[in-house]
Amino acid sequence: MTAALETEGLGRRYRRTWGLRDCSLSVPEGSITGLVGPNGAGKSTLLRLAAGISRPTTGSVSIFGQEVRPNSTAHLSRIGYFDQLRPLYGGFRVDDMLTLGRRLNPNWDDASARQWLDDLGISTKDKVGRLSLGQQAEVALTVCMGKRPDLLLLDEPVASLDPLARRQLLQTLMGTVAERGTTVFLSSHIVSELEPVCDYLIILSASHVQITGSIDSLLATHRVLVGPRVDGPPTGIDVISAESTGRQTTLLVRGDPPDLGPDWQHLQPGLDEIVLAYLSQPVTPSNTSLIVDHRPERGEHS
Amino acid sequence: MIQFRLDRKSGMPAYRQLVDQVRQALRLGLLRPGDQLPTVRDVVKQIAINPNTVHRAYRDLEQQGLTEGRPGSGTFITRALSEVPARQQALQRQLEKWMRSARDAGLGEEAISALVTEAMRSSEKEGPR
Repeated sequence: MTAALETEGLGRRYRRTWGLRDCSLSVPEGSITGLVGPNGAGKSTLLRLAAGISRPTTGSVSIFGQEVRPNSTAHLSRIGYFDQLRPLYGGFRVDDMLTLGRRLNPNWDDASARQWLDDLGISTKDKVGRLSLGQQAEVALTVCMGKRPDLLLLDEPVASLDPLARRQLLQTLMGTVAERGTTVFLSSHIVSELEPVCDYLIILSASHVQITGSIDSLLATHRVLVGPRVDGPPTGIDVISAESTGRQTTLLVRGDPPDLGPDWQHLQPGLDEIVLAYLSQPVTPSNTSLIVDHRPERGEHS
Repeated sequence: MIQFRLDRKSGMPAYRQLVDQVRQALRLGLLRPGDQLPTVRDVVKQIAINPNTVHRAYRDLEQQGLTEGRPGSGTFITRALSEVPARQQALQRQLEKWMRSARDAGLGEEAISALVTEAMRSSEKEGPR
């Protein structure tokens, strides 16, 4: 099976600092994968490299098995890239943006694009620059989805949107994924937004991939242990984070936790707790790579 | 038709929440054999979740023998949950009685709910339900 997006030893240097290093990952076709990390972790760099907008300093990017080479355009018809800055033409009417989409993309789906905007109550006669931030995001996403891409690369699609606009945008997006089986790779720093929409999660911090995995397996393989204070983490346990107060120690561990005795309570951490633990961990310069081989199945009765 | 909800803070996987809501609706008689479940597309558009999650919940319900997917037309309820209503009513009355004594003992909502959760967990550990 070909991956929708695959990177191998991918890195990008900006003058003296690295925006992304040693990134090897594989995004299965038909999946929805979330990219989380603090500001400056390299999320946008990874997305720009995946879209072929930025050139890698090291390594390679492949879209549906085809390597993206400098100046290659073959992959462009298959991807939709949503830039964090939503670069729309403020002086255009929404209608003009749709015309632009139609003229530039041979597979343009005008009927759906108009339907989405209609559902959202955005008039095609409005000037783009006059719309709210949420509505501009909707227009940008409409243009991305209107070209019927096989892979959507979305950089912070819900950032700076109010809860209602966020929900509307995710509803439109999920509806389209259900209809077309589009692969989605999206970044956000709001874990709670990603949890219900993603199959897989990639945690990025300080230009390095910290961990990747399905949300189910991340939840299943991590535990919080609360017990009497211990100094220095117990041996034989993969401790991701440890915090101690006067009398108590709280550990977030990976894998089967050993029995530390009856004084220890085992709890299920939330996804945001797991993410935070990885983000506060000192960066290990390893290239964590995980090829996710599971393909999410889609039923027939959709 | 059932309307799904998603509690993002419950810590329970989303597909389990959907499965539980269908089972709950069956138990309460809100869903009956022959009723249709909303299409995956409708659920996804309504509560903004991953379509794969809905597929998984529907597959789970089918494996439990509660629903049947008919290609081209949708997912339908095939049987009711075999609960004995009389027994259920008696259990509910017992629980209500317990709740009243818990309130009389001065416990608030939070303390009661913690006790119930804890009892559910510890009884689960002892053996199958």
